[in-house]
Amino acid sequence: MSQSVEATLDTHGHPKEYTSTGIPNKKLCMWAFLASECMFFGTLLSTHLVYRKTTIDVIDLTDLLDIPLTSFSTFILLASSLLMALGVSAMNKSNLKMTRWMLLGVIIFGLIFLGCQVYEFTHLVQHSGITLNSNIFGSTFYLLVGTYVVHITLGVVWLVGWLVYSFTGKMTPEHAIDIEVAGVYWHFIIIAWVIIFPVVYLTEYLL
Amino acid sequence: MENQPTSTNVTGTDVEQDVAKSTSKGLFRRPAPNTKGIVDWLTTIDHKKIGIMYGMVALICLIIGGIEALLIRVQLANPEATFLTAQEYNQLFTMHGTTMIFLAVMPLSAAFFNFIIPLQIGARNVAFPRLNTLSLWCFIAGAVLLNISWFFPGSAPATGWFGNASITLKVPHGDMSMSTDFWVMGLLILGLAALLTSFNFISTIINMRCPGMTMMRLPVFSWMSLVTSFLLILALPAIAVALLKLMFDRQFGTLFFDNAAGGNAIYGQYLFSVFGHPQVYILILPAMGIISEVLPTFARKPLFGYGWIVFSGAIIGFLGLAVWSHHMFANDMGVMATSAFSILALLIAIPTGVKIFNWIGTIWGGSIRYTTPMLFALGFIFMFMIGGFTGIMHSTVSVDAQHKDSYFAIAHLHYVLIGGSLFALLAGFYYWIPKLTGARMNDKFGKFCFTWIFAGFNLTFLPMHYLGMKGMPRRTHTYHADMGWDDLNKLASLGAFILGFGILFSTIQIFYTVINRRKLPQAGKDPWDARTLEWTIPSPAPVYNFSRTPIVKARDQHWEDKYGPKELKMENESSAPNGVPIPDRSWCPLFTGIGIFILGFGLIIRKMELHLPEGSTWEPNFEIIIAGIAITLMSIIFWSIEGPGGYHLHPDHVAETKQD
Repeated sequence: MSQSVEATLDTHGHPKEYTSTGIPNKKLCMWAFLASECMFFGTLLSTHLVYRKTTIDVIDLTDLLDIPLTSFSTFILLASSLLMALGVSAMNKSNLKMTRWMLLGVIIFGLIFLGCQVYEFTHLVQHSGITLNSNIFGSTFYLLVGTYVVHITLGVVWLVGWLVYSFTGKMTPEHAIDIEVAGVYWHFIIIAWVIIFPVVYLTEYLL
Repeated sequence: MENQPTSTNVTGTDVEQDVAKSTSKGLFRRPAPNTKGIVDWLTTIDHKKIGIMYGMVALICLIIGGIEALLIRVQLANPEATFLTAQEYNQLFTMHGTTMIFLAVMPLSAAFFNFIIPLQIGARNVAFPRLNTLSLWCFIAGAVLLNISWFFPGSAPATGWFGNASITLKVPHGDMSMSTDFWVMGLLILGLAALLTSFNFISTIINMRCPGMTMMRLPVFSWMSLVTSFLLILALPAIAVALLKLMFDRQFGTLFFDNAAGGNAIYGQYLFSVFGHPQVYILILPAMGIISEVLPTFARKPLFGYGWIVFSGAIIGFLGLAVWSHHMFANDMGVMATSAFSILALLIAIPTGVKIFNWIGTIWGGSIRYTTPMLFALGFIFMFMIGGFTGIMHSTVSVDAQHKDSYFAIAHLHYVLIGGSLFALLAGFYYWIPKLTGARMNDKFGKFCFTWIFAGFNLTFLPMHYLGMKGMPRRTHTYHADMGWDDLNKLASLGAFILGFGILFSTIQIFYTVINRRKLPQAGKDPWDARTLEWTIPSPAPVYNFSRTPIVKARDQHWEDKYGPKELKMENESSAPNGVPIPDRSWCPLFTGIGIFILGFGLIIRKMELHLPEGSTWEPNFEIIIAGIAITLMSIIFWSIEGPGGYHLHPDHVAETKQD
């Protein structure tokens, strides 16, 4: 190994983190976390699918689900993914102003998605009577999409934290890894929706 | 001029006296580097101290689970006994199983991960020290939550450690039985602790190995811990979802497991098995790793077939994710599913057999020293083989139809869990406590404990194979006098008490050694003439582990240093000019753990009517839950603001004064 553990210093004179793979610890941990998240969402999704196929209480979803609205919010999420990638890129180039704008963009788009989901849930409850305990679809749908909404919310809170931090003057190029890790999480959560939306919403119209 | 070390705390020198002032300012001052006493233990980020706490709490839970088992055996010693009611009996076997698996064996494995892995890979700490502390406090929160269930309406859960939805779903109207809620929240929090530990150790083992420590030079214990961590992160989400669904069904009226309303309770069993099967490999792989460390040391031979053992461990982990429904052969899943799972389960015997043959190859022709750890390791091979054979019998569906829910299954699982995991963990204690505390454990007394444990264990569980074949069902609180099961049950109960005493003696010896570590004969750096990196540093291990990071040139580097050619001698990095960086202590993980506990507790007692001193009642509903969330969030926010912090130590001057 040519790189010594102690010798490399960063801009503050602190030793740069030495890792056996060259990948920063935070990034590796985030990938491991996302592996468990795959299993978590996978379990919730397969529960929904299994119950759709095997329950004695099958209901027709084609009138209940608002595809135009959810397509719009899906597009919003995909756009937020683009903004997140631009934000990470800006941070890597130490362009703090651009980073702040991109973070703000992701946060706003995330909030738009959350708004659409809140609207959809209230619509389902009030107009269609689908609640957690009205029927099995309600249970699986709200648990799956509700968990997803919680993940987006936590992501938004995380990004708000970094946006606020970026105004304290303490944000340095060393924090690029933190924005990048947040970006990895955000991209994963978008990909999860790219799977959930077709499987939960769109396949109802195919089968 | 440095202060001379006046006393040593468990993990080493008083080098920290050099750095007395806290490095943080502000409202919530972080504890200073020279903090001692209870604050030191509450706020530590030192993996060795965390390992000690895991170990001590887990041993106490081992005793608690053992007492629960002995009560079961008293009840079963005689036919139609009335020592326990049926409900009490159900509570005891539920708590015994849950305690032993989640509060004893898993945390004991975590204790060894924490203590040993950074030492074996040449690192100074784990990748995320404060997250490590949080894992510990989540474990303690879960342990407390599970056990305070005894004091609440409904008492302890009586639904089995697997919590089948058909019985856990019942929320009797008007009866405020919260036992299942305690079980669900306890397990969710314990699962979180294990998940956080796994993330930490995956990052640590993959990313923090010292220079030259390639994956194929990694000690087998660290390798098996890596495989275990991957199994944990892939299996825990399944049980988390199952528990969440159960909690939602009970608390918010969802219909997941409600057969009449379109749900299906069997799906709960499937999800539990998706977790439950990898769980047993999670319980045994670290144990196999310990054995792979102990055998070469006490046979004075390198591990036979290192690559085979590592690869087999990985295959066991991978296949372990594919066989879950072999716990459900009696559920009539259909011919295809049943056959597929049967074949896959049979396949797991192959890598297991490879490991056993390699262990035998390790000791074959070696210069064997029969110390206590070696006795436990040899006992492991023998006992785990017996458990493995009965396990393979279970894979055959037709035979499993006889075994299912009989004492044969109990015999199998205890042979692999006690004869396997516990023997290996005890071997690990006797092997590594000299490194942990600096003190030798009394080998004669250790052998005395081993004899009690080995004899008691076999006396208890060997007859259970026969009892199972004669038809005795498990999880039933008594049996008729004319079944012909009396004598063997009495024998098993006698054996259980012998085993219980053996484990008690061993536990007392461990606590005694830790508490009296300074007065007992000192072990020195390398009491066993061992092979791996942890034996190159002083005992007890100093806070910074390695004064200079090792540069590894071979597998079993320490052995090569002592007996190998000059080219393979270990080098060290030069001392860092600023000294060794040590992260600061922190209050945040403790408070996050407290917040999570309050959150869980609030979810359980949400609908409970609490009687206040003035005579009125209060139904907490969401207040306590919100308080818990608030404490957790605030602690996490302070956690991110405070950062790792840290100070520097200069160990070189101390290294020369430390005796060998």
